[in-house]
Amino acid sequence: MAVCIAVIAKENYPLYIRSVPTENELKFHYTVHTSLDVVEEKISAVGKALVDQRELYLGLLYPTEDYKVYGYVTNSKVKFVIVVDSSNTSLRDNEIRSMFRKLHNSFTDVMCNPFYNPGDPIQSKAFDGMVSAMMVQAC
Amino acid sequence: MDQGPGTATAGSFISLSENEQRCYSGLCTLCQADSSGKLAASKVGELFRASQLPVETLHQITELCGAKRLGYFGTGQFYVALKLLAAAQSGLPIRLESIKSELPLPRFSGMKNDGEVLLPNHSQNSDAQVLQAGATPTSATRVTADRGNFRQAESCAEKQEPRSPSLSPISSPPGSPSSYRGYTHGAQRNGTETLAGQLPRGPGWSFAQPDGSSPSHYGGKPSLEHPTIPQAHSVERLVDHSAEDYHDNPWRITEEQREYYTNQFKTLQPDLGALILGAVAKNFFTKSKLPIPELSHIWELSDVDCDGALTFAEFCTAFHLIVARKNGYPLPDTLPPTLLPGFVEQDGAPQKPVSEEAFFGVNQQSAEPAAPEKAEPLISFEDTELVPAQQEKNKLEIQAPLAELTTSKQELREEPSKSVFSPKRVSKVLDKPAENVNRVAERPDPPHELDPHMRSRTRPRSYSSTSIDDAMKKNEEPPTPPPRPQKTHSRASSLDLNKLFQQSGQGLKSGWLPPPPALPPRPLATQIPHFIPATEKRSQNAVQQPNFADFSRFREEEESSAKAEEQAKHSQVSASTEDIGPTKPEGVLSQPPQKPFRRKYRPESQILEPATPTPVPPTPSYAPTSAPSAGGTKSSQKLPSRQKKEIQTAIRKNKEANAVLTRLNSELQQQLKDVHQERITLESQLQVLRPVAFM
Repeated sequence: MAVCIAVIAKENYPLYIRSVPTENELKFHYTVHTSLDVVEEKISAVGKALVDQRELYLGLLYPTEDYKVYGYVTNSKVKFVIVVDSSNTSLRDNEIRSMFRKLHNSFTDVMCNPFYNPGDPIQSKAFDGMVSAMMVQAC
Repeated sequence: MDQGPGTATAGSFISLSENEQRCYSGLCTLCQADSSGKLAASKVGELFRASQLPVETLHQITELCGAKRLGYFGTGQFYVALKLLAAAQSGLPIRLESIKSELPLPRFSGMKNDGEVLLPNHSQNSDAQVLQAGATPTSATRVTADRGNFRQAESCAEKQEPRSPSLSPISSPPGSPSSYRGYTHGAQRNGTETLAGQLPRGPGWSFAQPDGSSPSHYGGKPSLEHPTIPQAHSVERLVDHSAEDYHDNPWRITEEQREYYTNQFKTLQPDLGALILGAVAKNFFTKSKLPIPELSHIWELSDVDCDGALTFAEFCTAFHLIVARKNGYPLPDTLPPTLLPGFVEQDGAPQKPVSEEAFFGVNQQSAEPAAPEKAEPLISFEDTELVPAQQEKNKLEIQAPLAELTTSKQELREEPSKSVFSPKRVSKVLDKPAENVNRVAERPDPPHELDPHMRSRTRPRSYSSTSIDDAMKKNEEPPTPPPRPQKTHSRASSLDLNKLFQQSGQGLKSGWLPPPPALPPRPLATQIPHFIPATEKRSQNAVQQPNFADFSRFREEEESSAKAEEQAKHSQVSASTEDIGPTKPEGVLSQPPQKPFRRKYRPESQILEPATPTPVPPTPSYAPTSAPSAGGTKSSQKLPSRQKKEIQTAIRKNKEANAVLTRLNSELQQQLKDVHQERITLESQLQVLRPVAFM
């Protein structure tokens, strides 16, 4: 089950971050923030290679004893980060990929809304609903 | 069949089929409430009734033609039904095989059209042939041709409203296609009225006796009918359900609203089939002055395909949501089924020019009265956009939008617009049969179809509680009623003395005060002779007339007022000031202000002078009052409280009168200045024109 889902803008500030209500949600925020370094590292690893060569799905960014962090980057350098609780039976890679795909689709829908200014925090109810479904259902 | 009749029938079949086609298409258009291609069940029911077939027969026919199964009458089903009607009328058992043979056109009683009369006559030849035919090789050809017809008709029927065969008692005039439009008005209106009556009867339909009393020679119909009976029942219930909800559903777009939306769409994008880009739509919807998050939410709801652009249907949906929101309805979390673009697409709409600004301006106006309307449309609801069938019966209106879309107003305007709308739809349908054929494929789910069908069928109904509004017009929006006329009079028109004297409290606005009820009206009789009947304020004459008498009395009492001077000055002053009140306005309003003014002011000045015991002219009618007041004052010591009250009220009134009069005075002074200026300009012009003579 996804414990925390975050959408990071190109400039590395969060557009949307949501976590399972726990006593220390700030921990997740911190985790996401630190994961950005890994993301940057991965996307810069390709270097001058074309973007096409870089897969959007970054995979496991880094594991900790409590949870795992997965990353995903879009072509516009918008990053999705999913924090998954390690105690759950480890999710298959496909499931994580599907989660990211759904995130990406929902994010695209939000972008399509002319009333949404890129760079604003995402306040779409549809997006919220989708994220909630992922956080509750994904196990 | 022998060749003679066969060929004849073939020939006449072709012509008959054309005839049939013509007739059927005409009947189709007659029965169509909108151009979506679905027939108005009410109209269909009327038509069926007019065929004077028993109810059970009609039920069988509807079941057979597939309308029951589908839940509505598509063109195809309608054509089959018509053929079955003809078969039943010619005595054939109602079976699908019957329609394979050539049939006369169904006859409908109560039809005024000659064309209808002619057609059956024309077909009587074939009728005889049909009776002879049975299953014959020639009938096979007819069958194929018929089926061709049927298929074509069916294809045309795809987008028609689902209507359960409503057996409204009113017989719709069948007429020839040319006259259908004329009849559609009445048919629609009748349909509206009968719809209500029809619905309660729907469940009452007794499918229990399919074979019993039907005069037609049905043999084994029950097998065919039974399976469809429960469907029919469910359809009926659905029809009733949605039809009942139609009135109160603010998430339905009324025709008026749709027209408005169509017009707005065209201002943004002339091609109704094209998309409105997101930026364009954003600018447009931003004008509605809704907060951006709400607009964003509305967009999310309405842009179903999430392509960043709005189709016409999506645009209507978004517009309707805006209208509803403007009317105070909370935005749903999910799109109500009635607003789904699939639903929306089935309805075409004629255009009416409406100004966008007017819409939004009206929107705001409507939002203020807000309230209970939609209409929006149609336009409360807090519930359930998800279950439109169960929505509460709040008024909609939005809208038509808004308070302008207020549903009440939409409702009012819906009726007149329907009559206008229906012929347009009919014409549109007639003009674009090919278009219908092309749109065969579009078939939303039956439940959605039912909703739109119900909606379109119930559309002619006026909202009982008036939408939208809200919700929708309301309000929504869109159909915003014209701005309310100002209740306040302008100064020029406000000086209706009669009216003013009848009303109280308008004195300030109009500059008039009603005479104090406690005291008789203060006449300006003394001044009336000096007055020139006011040209601007004719009412003054009327007012002056009653005062005239008083004034004469006033004069008479003027002398006697001197005696009253001794009396308590308070009563005098109060009475006089009161007297001045009514007199002043009259005097002021007279055109030649000089003498009356002076006169008025004189008494006023006299009265206002605290110690002036001089007989004040305005104390005329005072005489009677002053007498009692004098007596009262003499005994004032005995009844001080009563006098004080009188005095106080009189003082108050006089103060009000004074205020009014001073205002009037200032206004008149202004007028005087203007007039002087005009005079000066005119004199200067005169001098210009005659420079030499006067040097």
